Amino acid sequence: MSRPDDQEDRIPMTAHLSWPDPKFEPHEALAPDGTLLEDDETDIGTLEQIYKTMLCARRFDERLLKLQRQGALGTFAPIKGQEAAQIGAAACLREDDWLVPSFRETGAALWRGADMADLLVTLAGWNAGNDLPEGARTLPDTVPVASQLPIAAGIAHAGRLRGEDAIVMACFGDGATSEGDFHEALNFAGVLEAPVVFLCQNNGWAISTPRARQTASQTLAQKAHAYGIPAAQVDGNDALAVMQVTQEAVALARDKGQPAMIEALTYRMEVHTTADDPTRYRDEGEVEEWQDRDPIERVRMLLVARSQLDDAMQEALEEEIRDRIDAAWKEAKDRISRLEETPGTAMFDHIFAEPTAPLRRQRKEFSDQEEAAND
Amino acid sequence: MTDASDGLTMVDAINRALHEAMAEDDTTAVMGQDVGVNGGVFRVTEGLIDDYGAARVIDTPLAESGIVGLAIGMAMNGARPIAEMQFSGFSYYALAQIENHAARIRWRTRGAHTVPLVIRMPYGAGVRALEHHSESREVFYGHMPGLKTVIPATPARAHALLHAAIRDPDPVIFMEPKAVYRQMREPIADDAEPAQIGTSRVVRRGKDLTLVSYGAMLNRALEAAETLAAEDIDIEVIDIETIAPLDAETIAKSVGQTGRLLIVNEAPPSYGAAGEIAMRVIEQEFYALRVPIRRVCGWDVHVPFFAREQTYLPSVDRIRGAARGMMAD
Repeated sequence: MSRPDDQEDRIPMTAHLSWPDPKFEPHEALAPDGTLLEDDETDIGTLEQIYKTMLCARRFDERLLKLQRQGALGTFAPIKGQEAAQIGAAACLREDDWLVPSFRETGAALWRGADMADLLVTLAGWNAGNDLPEGARTLPDTVPVASQLPIAAGIAHAGRLRGEDAIVMACFGDGATSEGDFHEALNFAGVLEAPVVFLCQNNGWAISTPRARQTASQTLAQKAHAYGIPAAQVDGNDALAVMQVTQEAVALARDKGQPAMIEALTYRMEVHTTADDPTRYRDEGEVEEWQDRDPIERVRMLLVARSQLDDAMQEALEEEIRDRIDAAWKEAKDRISRLEETPGTAMFDHIFAEPTAPLRRQRKEFSDQEEAAND
Repeated sequence: MTDASDGLTMVDAINRALHEAMAEDDTTAVMGQDVGVNGGVFRVTEGLIDDYGAARVIDTPLAESGIVGLAIGMAMNGARPIAEMQFSGFSYYALAQIENHAARIRWRTRGAHTVPLVIRMPYGAGVRALEHHSESREVFYGHMPGLKTVIPATPARAHALLHAAIRDPDPVIFMEPKAVYRQMREPIADDAEPAQIGTSRVVRRGKDLTLVSYGAMLNRALEAAETLAAEDIDIEVIDIETIAPLDAETIAKSVGQTGRLLIVNEAPPSYGAAGEIAMRVIEQEFYALRVPIRRVCGWDVHVPFFAREQTYLPSVDRIRGAARGMMAD
């Protein structure tokens, strides 16, 4: 597999200075043609469920893109190509574990039971789509890169102080590893023994900045070592390998309070967000190469080879997913029409537990103006 | 700790409130640089680690954004964190966490998650400290929706306001005027009640002029008011205590009676709290004003190194001069 970290021609070092020598071999379990690389049947059962969620996530992503292009939704970040990395990892969590996402984890959210209609309402620009149950442990998107990571350490630490064994999975991309908050979070988690699994989806690009220009480090995983945290690289397009590595990290976190970092090597097959045009900076040939490593296709081939999937079942599955997405969009549209009838004063909600005096006054001022305009 | 019969310094008063809060509620936790074994560089957190242990009194790595991020996550997961920024001048590393998350999580999650967090930080000039240890940037926080910003002026008010901040269901920035830390003592009753955030406090009654201040400058404002009494100028002094949400009603009511408003604070004047206070009074009591509003603030400069920091700060003389001028207008 192509490695973004090959630095064979690096300068020889001096008597006392040395290069780091991280011995990462990205873990692989399932070849791109769907054959099992090791005779290990563990977790094969879960793959069928993962396949269904990956396919659903792909189709949902495609629908979002279509709706965005039609003007029905705002800007969003497609996940195409990263389904195995995030769903394989999320599949290792318990329901009471936390998922702290960045902004490209729709697949992980769907695995965790996120409601497609809620996501659509949010993407259509309505805060009400984020109406989560109290204490919900799948958090909504975090937009400022890496800022969710110290918070993940805090969530994990507080849970441990209370004697819970729930752990936290914190998601981020290759670009986030350049932010101070990434380093502070790993450092804090290491020192406090906060049970966090740091899941880096290295998709090769931070908008237009390629992995090679993001850092001179040979790998992103090795950054964890600087904080005394164990790390692994894994083929992020291999759902089985991602699961195997993540299970190890989850067990370390849960049983020993030991945080760990996983660098899932994957690829952003779509735009950064719908506001982005990758033809300005990226060779389309690269995208085509990665198409041969599609994370969904290899699980499909495995399931077909094991007679767990055939054409009729595939067709039925596609139809079921289409129906679910249609129903979600219909529900979202109904909710949006109802939201359009609600007063604009809703923007004053949820600023504080109790509205402050200035907010009460401003809300009334706004409301009076709105009424006057409607008269 | 000092014997309560002598009265407590602000450091002692805050320390006592922290001890009381930790004893009252075992989800309360304190975190920051040097807050544990060392008891804080100003000794504000002294003794906490002995009584409540290192799990609840966390000596963190040196990283302000990490400290606040950690505290936000803990607040979201059932804890009542009280984070310390060693000096407000270093809190800017954490501004992104405060603006992007502490102030927004309730709003973003529609109340599914809340951030009952207090961030304490010493601020202000007057203790002959190094660069970055003297500025007064309360408006950075006062400007952010979703945050409350509180500044006590005396030991007893620090004790009462900190209890209120810790009980508050939303994030509170608690700025401590370090020039007052050991400047004065006040007795604090064993059954002292928590204060109410969002109310200004009339600390001296008067009928000629309303003098509004907060933090370390309140004591200079009071001194100016006391000495001007000898010149037959009768000044009402108001301590706003809460930068946001500002209780302008108490100030407006006073100005309605005095017809004169003078605002004193040590921050740079431009886009500062004085401007906001003035505007809020204008909105409510413009026609009561007999002379133009004045403000005595710092200047739009960086606080000079300590040899000249007093030239930067509003002096009692400057405050008196402004008040006399307004009476002569």
